[in-house]
Amino acid sequence: MEGKIFDIKRFALNDGPGIRTTVFFKGCPLKCTWCHNPEGISFDIEEFEQERFLDGERFVHIQKIGQSVSVQKLMDEILKDVNFYIQSGGGVTFSGGEPMAQSEFLTLVLAECKKKGLHVTIDTTGLCNTDKLDVISNYADLFLYDMKFVNSDLHYNYTGVKNSLIIENLDFLLNKKSAVIVRVPIIPGINDTVECIADLKEFVKNRQNQIKELHFLPFHNIGQSKYERFKKDYSLSALSSQQPDDLNYLIEEFKSLEIKTQIGGL
Amino acid sequence: MNQRIEKLRQQSLMAVNRMSVERARLVTEFYKSIEGSDYSVPETRALVFKYILENKSLCINDGELIVGERGPEPKATPTYPEVSLHSLDDLEVLDQREKVSFKVDNETRQLYDSTIIPFWKGKSNRDKLMSRMTPEWLESYKAGIFTEFQEQRAPGHTVLGDKIYHKGIKDIINDIHLKRTELQEASEAGQQDLLDELSAMEIAANAIMIYAQRNADYLLELANAEKDAIRKQELVEMAQVCQNVPANAPQTFHEALQYYWFVHIGVITEVNPWDSFNPGRLDQHLYPFYVKDIEQGRLTKERAKELLMSFWVKFNNQPAPPKNGITAKESNTYTDFALINLGGVKPDGTDAVNELSFLILDVIEEMRLLQPSSMVQISKENPDAFIQRTLQITKTGFGQPSYFNTDAIVQELVNQGKDIVDARNGGASGCVESGAFGTEAYWLTGYFNIPKILELTLHNGVDPKSGKLLGLETGSLATLDTYDKLLSAFNKQLNYFLDIKIEGNRRIESLIMKELPVPFLSLFVEDCIGNAKDYNAGGARYNTSYIQGVGLGSITDALTAIQYHVYDQKNISLEEMVKATDLNFKGYEELRYNLVFETPKFGNDDAYADANAVRVFEMYYESINGKSNSRGGTFRVNLLPTTCHVYFGQVMQASTDGRKDEEPLSEGISPVQGADKNGPTAVVNSMLKIDHTRTGGTLLNQKFLPQFFDTKEGIVKLTHLIRTYFNQLGHHIQFNVVDADVLRDAQKHPEKYQDLIVRVAGYSDYFNDLTLELQEEIIKRTAQCDM
Repeated sequence: MEGKIFDIKRFALNDGPGIRTTVFFKGCPLKCTWCHNPEGISFDIEEFEQERFLDGERFVHIQKIGQSVSVQKLMDEILKDVNFYIQSGGGVTFSGGEPMAQSEFLTLVLAECKKKGLHVTIDTTGLCNTDKLDVISNYADLFLYDMKFVNSDLHYNYTGVKNSLIIENLDFLLNKKSAVIVRVPIIPGINDTVECIADLKEFVKNRQNQIKELHFLPFHNIGQSKYERFKKDYSLSALSSQQPDDLNYLIEEFKSLEIKTQIGGL
Repeated sequence: MNQRIEKLRQQSLMAVNRMSVERARLVTEFYKSIEGSDYSVPETRALVFKYILENKSLCINDGELIVGERGPEPKATPTYPEVSLHSLDDLEVLDQREKVSFKVDNETRQLYDSTIIPFWKGKSNRDKLMSRMTPEWLESYKAGIFTEFQEQRAPGHTVLGDKIYHKGIKDIINDIHLKRTELQEASEAGQQDLLDELSAMEIAANAIMIYAQRNADYLLELANAEKDAIRKQELVEMAQVCQNVPANAPQTFHEALQYYWFVHIGVITEVNPWDSFNPGRLDQHLYPFYVKDIEQGRLTKERAKELLMSFWVKFNNQPAPPKNGITAKESNTYTDFALINLGGVKPDGTDAVNELSFLILDVIEEMRLLQPSSMVQISKENPDAFIQRTLQITKTGFGQPSYFNTDAIVQELVNQGKDIVDARNGGASGCVESGAFGTEAYWLTGYFNIPKILELTLHNGVDPKSGKLLGLETGSLATLDTYDKLLSAFNKQLNYFLDIKIEGNRRIESLIMKELPVPFLSLFVEDCIGNAKDYNAGGARYNTSYIQGVGLGSITDALTAIQYHVYDQKNISLEEMVKATDLNFKGYEELRYNLVFETPKFGNDDAYADANAVRVFEMYYESINGKSNSRGGTFRVNLLPTTCHVYFGQVMQASTDGRKDEEPLSEGISPVQGADKNGPTAVVNSMLKIDHTRTGGTLLNQKFLPQFFDTKEGIVKLTHLIRTYFNQLGHHIQFNVVDADVLRDAQKHPEKYQDLIVRVAGYSDYFNDLTLELQEEIIKRTAQCDM
């Protein structure tokens, strides 16, 4: 069986503990307006014109976004950095796109990872079949679980889907005592309004003894480059990046809860 | 740092490099004065050393605590006409050139013209050396196939062990007497050379005590004239220090530093040894004095720091001696590498990091001077906190300290047959060179241009830059119809030129053994006195000669490109490929694009490309390792370039990895500039495919954006990166934290910076792939970080 991925990043430092390799799965059921990996949204292998300069001369070549890989081929790549994982308490992170959207392939890969004793992190939107999540959670050591809006209508407006299943799945994992770090990507003016933050606080408060940690990710418009490169429309180009310190107020705001918070990824 | 140190530091930074004619004048006066007398060569060298130290002007800078300048003032740099003679043209070039210039005054010009050049012409070591070389050697040297270290400097790479911290010069003279008695009692034939050497050593030993006494007298003179009561008292104490050491073993922290410094000045005055001279394991040597002085209330931590800072300035006051001729280009940003070693293991193999290791790191961070350079030795035994403290300094983007693997160094030295305790007492000096400190004479003999050998192979032995047949005729391109045949032809050329280099080295070593002894340096390196033999004549316990291979990344990528496109994919014929390089890719732009962007490259953890690095390493190693040198020792390999990869690139036309005419080669074992696209773990894995423990040092530079060092977690993860490399016996890694200028250059030459990665949570991208606005934003943030 093969899976579709669009990138493998080694020496990933912000996608879970230690030094990691992050595998980006191709295809996502959400259409977030701020998505910083727009090339990961479509489930198809796409083509784009890559423009490169060499000594000032312009070269344009058709390149593919994404490739099909076998479990074995993917494992070969993952295992290249096993010494770094052992030294640093790191491992492998499956991100995307949405890794849960290819859960059968992911299950096979995770089974191999566990055979090798690797620490496995799943970076997910949470929009997936709960039974499949149940299977995956038997292998995963950690979930990085995105929570964009507590308000389902807003969630729909900005991602194209309601969040009821996402919340159900989160509670499923929490009840199963899976290790879950909830990550909130802060999008200035969109989900950092007073109401949104109040909703989030209430939401987290109800689960504060179950969620392992709460991470606020500062907005960065670095993904804009990709929209230009891959010729995709980007609606947030006017927003500028935040510095980590810009989110200090959130740490203050959530201090009253019994939960570890931080700004930025691990 | 306090005001006095700031002033000394500023004085050192602002001082202009100047050529001082004093030493050349004294040396010439002395040699003229003994014309017709029959001193042995070692005695002559010792007597001229003594003459210089008796007569050179003294310099004691305002507020300094450690005394002794090589020249009449900071950065006034002597010349060594008996080693290599500057011409009047050289003096002009040195005076006028833009980078690393040395001001030359009229007095110097006139004295060179009237006295120094007429006396030394044809007699300098350089002249003698060149006259002994074969035509093949001279042609290869001129073509830039290799360089020759001893061409204008004396052999160096000497790092002191702990001898001076236990023995004063008087004790050492006593050892010389004992050895002399032993020889006389044995009364065997052929002893005259040994007795001459011992006599030279004794003269040199007395000379340094004379110099110290002169400094003591001058300090008292200054004390008498001093109005400030505190400084007056300090000058009196400093005079006392100079009377105690080096004559006697040091008793205090201050005396230990001053003793070392007198020895340093002696060594770099006697001749102009490569890579300066260096105290080596400074935190280890000074620690007992530090502990004792603090316990006995003689020293505070602050005072220790102040003394160390004053000591630091002294190194920065001594630039590398001015070069002449071709080597100014070979190594153009050259400073005299005195590499202070911190950390590592004790003689019993346990953790050697101590309080002073951390204190010296503070000094390095605050002083921020080019010299002395510094490194940390990291063993499995050392704590993570030591690495993490060092990373905080690296973050400031000043290029120091670099990171070395003690466990690899010990393994390398033991593999060469050294005693394990001598190995543990060792470290790295110069750039990255492993050595047994205080017991080894390890000479670097020259860089070797490995990629140039492929260029010659692809032109059947002809150097395309000159059209001359320099190498073997290993076959036309038509005959190289398999990759194995190409590799075999390459190996034959490689052996041919390495044999020329090795034979040249043997002749040069024989010459230096006879003509350029260093009796003063020999006092401090074991077992020169015990053997009654000079450091330069095989007197040390270990005598190693290195040939430093340059361009491993470039040669690997050039071979890989041919293997891939010509033999495996059959995209292009070998003839066409070589023609493209002959034409500097004019009309072959699309091919060059494919070579740069669509071809397997070394440094990406790519088995296909990395296999060629291993092949080249094995060939290079087999051609050199274990061959005997003239000093009773052995040839070894290491892989480092200093800045020679620039010069070696200039003597080459375009190459099959897409490198254009005269562009630099890769440096050390690092991938070709920017060719590593899979991040640092992939680089590290590629580097580990060669066996570092069979070398005497490898050099790996890695570029990082400052953001990697921003958080505590980032520092911890970089620590793990170092640990993983070192657990698998990688030798050295240096983090270059890029600054705004580098990023500007990356905007102009994206192909050279494919390795620059920007990372944010859940996202990472290559710097070159970002929009201009985002690149600008990162440059702005990086520039702030610099301040």
